[in-house]
Amino acid sequence: MIELWFTIIAFLWTGYFVLEGFDFGVGMLSPLVSRNATEQRAALQTIGPVWDGNEVWLITAVGAMFAAFPAWYAGVFSAFYLPVTLVLVGLIVRGVGLEWRGKVANPAWCDLGIVVGSALPAFLWGSVFADLLFDSALAALAGGAFTLAVCALHGAVFLALKTTGPVRRRARTAAMIAGGVTVPVAVFALSSLGTAPALAAMAALAAAVALIWRRREGWAFTATAGAIVLTTLSVFMELRVAPLPGLTLAEAASGDYTLTMLSWIGLIALPFVLVYQGWTYWVFRKRVLVPG
Amino acid sequence: MDALDLARWQFGVTTVYHFLFVPLTIGLGIFVAGLQTAWHRTGKEHYLKLTKFFGKLFLINFAMGVVTGIVQEFQFGMNWSEYSTFVGDVFGAPLAMEALLAFFMESTFLGLWIFGWDRLPKRVHLATIWAAAIGSNLSAYFILAANAWMKHPVGYEVVDGKARMTDLWAVLTNSTALAQVPHVIAASFVVAGGFVLAVCGYWLLKTRAEMWRGAARAALVMTAIAGAVVAGTGDMSAKLMYEQQPMKLAAAEGLEHDTAGAGFSLVPGIEIPKVLSFLSTNDPEATVQGSHDLQRRFEQEFGPGDYRPNQPVVFWSFRVMIGFGMATVGLSVLGLWLTRRRREFPAWLSRAMLLALPLPLLAATAGWLLSEIGRQPWTVAGELLTAASVSPSVSLTEVAISLTIFTLLYGAFTVAEIVLLARHVRQGPEERAPAPTAEERREPSLMY
Repeated sequence: MIELWFTIIAFLWTGYFVLEGFDFGVGMLSPLVSRNATEQRAALQTIGPVWDGNEVWLITAVGAMFAAFPAWYAGVFSAFYLPVTLVLVGLIVRGVGLEWRGKVANPAWCDLGIVVGSALPAFLWGSVFADLLFDSALAALAGGAFTLAVCALHGAVFLALKTTGPVRRRARTAAMIAGGVTVPVAVFALSSLGTAPALAAMAALAAAVALIWRRREGWAFTATAGAIVLTTLSVFMELRVAPLPGLTLAEAASGDYTLTMLSWIGLIALPFVLVYQGWTYWVFRKRVLVPG
Repeated sequence: MDALDLARWQFGVTTVYHFLFVPLTIGLGIFVAGLQTAWHRTGKEHYLKLTKFFGKLFLINFAMGVVTGIVQEFQFGMNWSEYSTFVGDVFGAPLAMEALLAFFMESTFLGLWIFGWDRLPKRVHLATIWAAAIGSNLSAYFILAANAWMKHPVGYEVVDGKARMTDLWAVLTNSTALAQVPHVIAASFVVAGGFVLAVCGYWLLKTRAEMWRGAARAALVMTAIAGAVVAGTGDMSAKLMYEQQPMKLAAAEGLEHDTAGAGFSLVPGIEIPKVLSFLSTNDPEATVQGSHDLQRRFEQEFGPGDYRPNQPVVFWSFRVMIGFGMATVGLSVLGLWLTRRRREFPAWLSRAMLLALPLPLLAATAGWLLSEIGRQPWTVAGELLTAASVSPSVSLTEVAISLTIFTLLYGAFTVAEIVLLARHVRQGPEERAPAPTAEERREPSLMY
């Protein structure tokens, strides 16, 4: 039961990084891939219907940690107090920026909030997890740089996949530049993990760059998503042994009764969530048209 | 001043901010869904205008409800790690259920609603706003069940210094929760009704358009009905408080000694005899425990310590909650009477309706101060003290930094929201645009 819940939590974090990963990338890149207000709006419209639902993956992952492994939840978030505070600041200014930019007279402040609020958590999540695993400042820096770069690449590929015209063209260029940065950073960051999935993630990132070069946007997106899945998988493989220094999963876990109850609820609810979130992506499957 | 004090301030500040926005999300979501349903059923143009107008106000506010809520999910772990470790087995379950069963639904379907105006079949699009609004209300249930457990813990045992859940159903049907959930949700509808009344009041002072009278009448009905539920469930809560949280009741009344036939002070010095006993038990002669005597009994049971909450804050919160809340409900009942059979809204009533915005918000805030400050010095009544709940590893400086950041950030955004709401209220509903061109049709109707 403990194993099951650890797997579910790893699944929720993975979903979060895959989905919000491209939200972060689109947020960071939106001013760079557009030359005017219409184009910028179009760029943000690619994530408009889905970003808030994507963020719930984080809320659910954290809620599940609280319920299934209270001591782990409490230990991680009190230990990484200031980075988590800054993540929250990022999510706050980004959320408000995205919701308000169409309703204020001058969206410049909202756009700044979207860029900063996307880049900050993208960097910090990587550094928090890297520090959790390696407990060193260099690792935190490398981890942060890696997730920031991967989110930028993932977002650029998503933008190329979901837009037309000039935004699509610039997103493709942005993806290749981001890929040029991501691959060396990934080699450095992922090699310290050294597991098979981490090495596969490296290969997937390289493949993504090649695919976007050849204009295979759908496959490139599959590759970046796969790289994120593989990276998260290898991080959680490490955390399974030592979720926090001096703490084991068994010590941190809730009782069997609670875990059993939560399993039933998850088993019933999660398929519905996957279906209706999937349906959202289906409804908004078409590219956002950008004139020009 | 230590980390504990600041952690408490941070919890108080962030939660009070959060609940300025949440009641509007809860109540206004349903109101907008109702307007869209009316449009769907009747096809009348002004219902669509109102749906989009109040929908826009709803969305401006929704953003703040979400971003002030995210902090709550992390704050327990960050500032209250001892609490989290002690209660997670029980308290975490409703939080996880809230995310899984309510937040996903709320956020996903709201995204579909905002961007789906021209993309979804009308009937499906209508269903999305209902799903989002129901999601918001469902989330209130789970978080309030968790909160009720802190005040009246049930369905658990303590094993090796940690609470272990033994009965999830007992946690979800806690008597305290069953009284508190409808109380808070109905109060949210009073806040939302008051908001709509204030907006309509503003417009009725400028124009006599039928549209605003209709919206105002609907809001009057909503506020009056919700007000009756608030009063009824408040009465239930008072009776449960007598049994489950006698210290809070004593502090709310400023009652120091066990008293038979206890009276109720409207303000200090003006007391109505026997009313407190009657409200607490339905028996005017019943004995209500006083704080001094309770303190003595608590010391015997739990050892030395001060078991009394901040009495003046609890006392006045109680009165502000009842006074301002009932004033709003009174106004709505009066409004319904004055405008019966399509009578005009008198100008003074429209002006008074402007007060229906701040009054219930103040009442709701006061209600939370009563509820949570009155719970002190416990985080889990009888099991865990607030002083023992705080994170031992987090420094004063760290809490000071996060407290400052969140207070300033939320303060600035709250002011921005007020300005933004005021601007959109003044602009009023958009006149019906000419049929959209193919280019425009690809733009969402409400956002970006």
